[in-house]
Amino acid sequence: MQHAPALATNTGLDNRKLLMWLFLASECLFFGSLIGAYLLYRDRSVAGPYPEDLFDIPFTSVSAFILLMSSVTMVLALAAIQRGDQHGLRVWLFTTAFLGILFVSGQAFEFTEFNREGLSLSTNLFGTTFFVLTGFHGAHVTVGVLILMSLFVMALRGRLTRAESLHVELAGLYWHFVDIVWIVIFTLVYLIQP
Amino acid sequence: MTLAEYRGMKPATGEGAVAAPAHREGAHPGPAEYVKIGLTLAVITAVEVAVYYIDALSDVLIPILIVLSALKFSLVVLWFMHLKFDNRLFSTLFVGGLMLVATLFVVVLATLGGKLV
Repeated sequence: MQHAPALATNTGLDNRKLLMWLFLASECLFFGSLIGAYLLYRDRSVAGPYPEDLFDIPFTSVSAFILLMSSVTMVLALAAIQRGDQHGLRVWLFTTAFLGILFVSGQAFEFTEFNREGLSLSTNLFGTTFFVLTGFHGAHVTVGVLILMSLFVMALRGRLTRAESLHVELAGLYWHFVDIVWIVIFTLVYLIQP
Repeated sequence: MTLAEYRGMKPATGEGAVAAPAHREGAHPGPAEYVKIGLTLAVITAVEVAVYYIDALSDVLIPILIVLSALKFSLVVLWFMHLKFDNRLFSTLFVGGLMLVATLFVVVLATLGGKLV
């Protein structure tokens, strides 16, 4: 695979990609801390509502499925630009962004429902750790959607050619990372309950 | 010793510098393989949700869910993020981050009395 020429580096690797992986490694710690805090405090609330009163597993399963499928469309966008398929690139980038918007909308709906049931950021320890964890994840997805939409506009204007495939690859790495964080959250937060 | 020397490469600057490498890595899979991985991920997610609702499996629910989740995680990281095909340094960085998280989990949960369930 050949990318746009980069400056010579000691590693022989593109520094932009190396930096993205370093960033993702640091993000592991960021989300790891939030998940750890959630596991530590979720069953120490002295007043409800509690997770088992609120979680809607079928709804969250659909959200998890949507985000998972957006990883497939993201990697198809990368494959498209790497073979010079501009139409495919635009279609898959747009689809990925759309699925991301669907996921964030689902999260907004879920937050609203939980709030209606009496859970807020300050209600109890479960509320605090849950909203901080999933809220930061939602913010990451939102940033990802903005990046994807920017790439989509660049593709529409013909400014995203095969030579710039690294841009799509880096956006893809970020997007897949957001997806794997949700894989962990879906299991540890939603499916495994005290 | 520079990283380049450690990896058996020529230094990027000075005598013997390598001219601007556009990064070249192992070939990535094609769309058909990505779709197959995607279908596998969808099936695993369906199994996760099904297992959650089967009362007979409640005793082994947690190990099953953790294994399935780890499988999904690995598939995305290895195939979609291309760690299976890319330079090993990327894997080292990412696995390093994951090891730190694992250490953090163990230390925090053991020290402060948290638990998975």
